[in-house]
Amino acid sequence: MLEAILVMAVSGALFGGLLAYAARRFAVPVDERAEAIAGALPGANCGGCGYPGCSGLAAAIAAGKAPVDACPVGGARVAAAIASIMGVQVDTARERQVARVFCGGGPRCQDRYAYQGIPDCRAAAAAAGGGYKACSWACLGLGTCVRVCPFDAIFMGPEGLPVVDKEKCTGCGKCVAACPHNCIALVPVSARVHVLCRNRDRGPVVRKICQVGCIACRACERVCPTGAIKVRDNCAEIDYGLCTNCGACAEKCPVHTITVEPEERREESVAAAS
Amino acid sequence: MSARTFPGGIHPAYHKLTAGSPIRDLPPPAQVVIPLHQHTGAPCQPLVQKGDTVRKGQKIGDVEAVVAAPVHASLPGKVVAVEPRPHPAGRDVPAVVVEWDGSDATVDLEPHPDPHDLEPTRIAEIIREGGLVGLGGAAFPTAVKVRPPAGTVIDTYILNGAECEPFLTADHRLMVENPQSIVLGLRALMKAAGAPRAIVAIEDNKPDALEAMAAATRGMPGVSVEAVHTKYPQGSEKHLIKALLGREVPSGGLPFHVGVVVSNVGTAAAVGELFATGIPLVSRVVTVTGRVREPANLRVPIGTPFSVLVEAVGGFNGDPLKVIAGGPMMGVAQYSLEAPVVKGTSGLLVLGPEDRVPEPTSCVRCGRCVESCPMRLLPLYLEAYYRAGMIEQTEALHAMDCIECGCCGWVCPARRPLVQSIRLAKLEITARRRRAAS
Repeated sequence: MLEAILVMAVSGALFGGLLAYAARRFAVPVDERAEAIAGALPGANCGGCGYPGCSGLAAAIAAGKAPVDACPVGGARVAAAIASIMGVQVDTARERQVARVFCGGGPRCQDRYAYQGIPDCRAAAAAAGGGYKACSWACLGLGTCVRVCPFDAIFMGPEGLPVVDKEKCTGCGKCVAACPHNCIALVPVSARVHVLCRNRDRGPVVRKICQVGCIACRACERVCPTGAIKVRDNCAEIDYGLCTNCGACAEKCPVHTITVEPEERREESVAAAS
Repeated sequence: MSARTFPGGIHPAYHKLTAGSPIRDLPPPAQVVIPLHQHTGAPCQPLVQKGDTVRKGQKIGDVEAVVAAPVHASLPGKVVAVEPRPHPAGRDVPAVVVEWDGSDATVDLEPHPDPHDLEPTRIAEIIREGGLVGLGGAAFPTAVKVRPPAGTVIDTYILNGAECEPFLTADHRLMVENPQSIVLGLRALMKAAGAPRAIVAIEDNKPDALEAMAAATRGMPGVSVEAVHTKYPQGSEKHLIKALLGREVPSGGLPFHVGVVVSNVGTAAAVGELFATGIPLVSRVVTVTGRVREPANLRVPIGTPFSVLVEAVGGFNGDPLKVIAGGPMMGVAQYSLEAPVVKGTSGLLVLGPEDRVPEPTSCVRCGRCVESCPMRLLPLYLEAYYRAGMIEQTEALHAMDCIECGCCGWVCPARRPLVQSIRLAKLEITARRRRAAS
C-alpha cells in the first residue's frame, strides 16, 4: 500500500517536473494580440483581404503589416474591435462595399450560338468567341459567381442575371475575381444609381446586339448636376464619390442602361425571386 | 509492310466520303479575308493599308519574332479593310480584306527547282519567306521546326500522311494526285534539317496513297514509305514517332528531343510548290464534307470565307447542327460562316441534328477513357479534380501532357465533357505558371 503511494508520488513528481521543463524549453512564442485579433475576425477564411485566411491576416495586423480595417467582411465593427486590441484609432470608418453585377442584358442581349458544355461561366468564356453571348462583356448567366460566394449572398434572378443580396454581401470580392467577363465590381453600399453595362464597342455595334447596352450617347453626361457620370471608352461610368443618387441620368438614358435601385432593395429582390 | 501503331487510341467510323473525289480548283471568290495570325507564335503586323493595291503572293504581314511566319495576299486586288474579323479559332483577329480585281497579277517569283544545291539555312530562309506553316492543323512555322536548337542531331524526318481524323481527305488526295510536289518538298525539308533518312507514314486504309508515294520515292536514298495501323490519333506526331521508331517524346518535350522532325504531307507539298515555282503559301486543299449536298476536296485561296465553300458544294443538306473547321475529333465549332480558310484549315465539316451529343450523366468509373488515352493519362480524375477546383492535382496527373485528341470523350458512355475540363485545367495551370513567373 505504502509502496504504491510512494511509487505514484515519485513518478508523479518526476513527470510533472519533466513537463514543466519541456513547457519552458520548447515554448512557441505566440503574439497574444494576433490570437485576440483572430478571435475578433469573422473566421470565414474567405481570402477577401488578400491574406491566407483569417489567421494570416491576424498575424499581418499584429505585425503591423496590414491596417486594422483590412478585413473587408467585418466592416466597421470588427475594425473597431481590432483597433482596440492594437491600441490605435480607426482613422475613418470606410463605407461598406458590396458586389454589383454590371450587365442588364440577359434575354435582351443576343446569343451568338447555343453553348453545349460544362455549365460554368469560366468554361463558356473559354469557348469560341469568348462566350456564347454576342457581347464580350455580357453576363453569361451560368452562375459561377453564385457558386463561389462563401456568404450565400448571390442568387440567380428571374431573367438569368445574378442578384446580389446587399445585406449578406460582405464585399470579399470572390465573385469579382471569378467572373470571366469582369462584369461584377464592388461599389459603396449606399450607391443606388448604376450603369448596367461594360461594353466598350461603339454605339451602332452595341445597338445591333443588345437592347439595353450603353451606346455612349452622352445624354447622361449632359444632364448630371454633379459631373459624376462620364463616358469613357464608349461606356458611361459613375464616380460614386460624386454621385448623389438623384437619378437624372437614368431618366434621360434612351436605352435604359442606367438603373435606380429603390431604397429598400433587399425586400424587393427577395420577394421577386420567391 | 507491317502496320505499326501505339498503345491506346480508338476506332471511330471513318466517313471518308471524299476519298475518291479529285481536288477541284475553286474559282477565286470576290473577296478574301486574310487573318494576320495564322500560325503558332507571334501575330504579324500589317504591311499594307486600306486602299493599297496588292498582287498575288505579295507579303502583306510579317513580324520580327523567331516563332512566326509572314502572310501573303492570296489574290490580286485592292485592300478594302485592315480590321478585326472572325477567325476560325473563335476570336476576332486583325485581318487584311482584299477585293479581287479579276486579274491574275502575281509578284515576280523566284523558283529554286533544285533545293539540294542550297545551304540548309538558305532553305529555311526561303521556307520562312514563303509563309510556310504546318498544314495539318497546329500551324507551327515550318522554318522554325526544321532548324532545331544548335547541338541537336536530327536523324529521321517523318512525313505525316496518316490523316487519322474521320471525314478529312485533303492529304490523301494530295498524295494520290501530286506526289512529285511532296517529294520535292521532302528533299528540301530533309536538307534543311540535315536528316539522312525519311519515312513517309500513311495509314493502311489508303492503299492508293501508299502506292503513289512508294512509286514517287522509288530510288530516293534513305526514304521509305511505311504503312501504319488505321487508328485515331495515329497522325499525332508523338504517336507516329512511337509507332515508327519506338521512341517516346519526353513529357513537355518536342520531337527534336528524340532526333525527329515531323511534317504533314500537305506542308511538304506546299514546300515543293514553293521551290518549284516560287509561289508562297497562298492556297490550300480543304475537304468540305458531312451534311452538304456534294462533299468535295477544294483547292481555295487562303482567306476564302466558309460561306463560299458551303455554296461551292451545293449548300447544306438539311438543317446544319454544327459547322466545324477541321475534323470531328479536334476541329473547332464555328458560329459564323464569315470566318475564312486559314493555313491550318484542313476541312470544313457540317454535322446534322442526328449528331447531337446527349446530355452528360454521372461517371460510372468504367475506365474506358483510361484505356483509350494515347498519352496514358487518367481523364476521369483530371475532370473530377478540375471540377473540384483542385488544379494542383490535375498538374500532378500531367494534365499538361494532354494532346486534346478527344478519345476519352468519344468512348465515354456517360458522355462527359472530359476534354473540355482538361483544356480548362491546362488554361488554369498555364495562367498560374505565368503568375508565378512574374
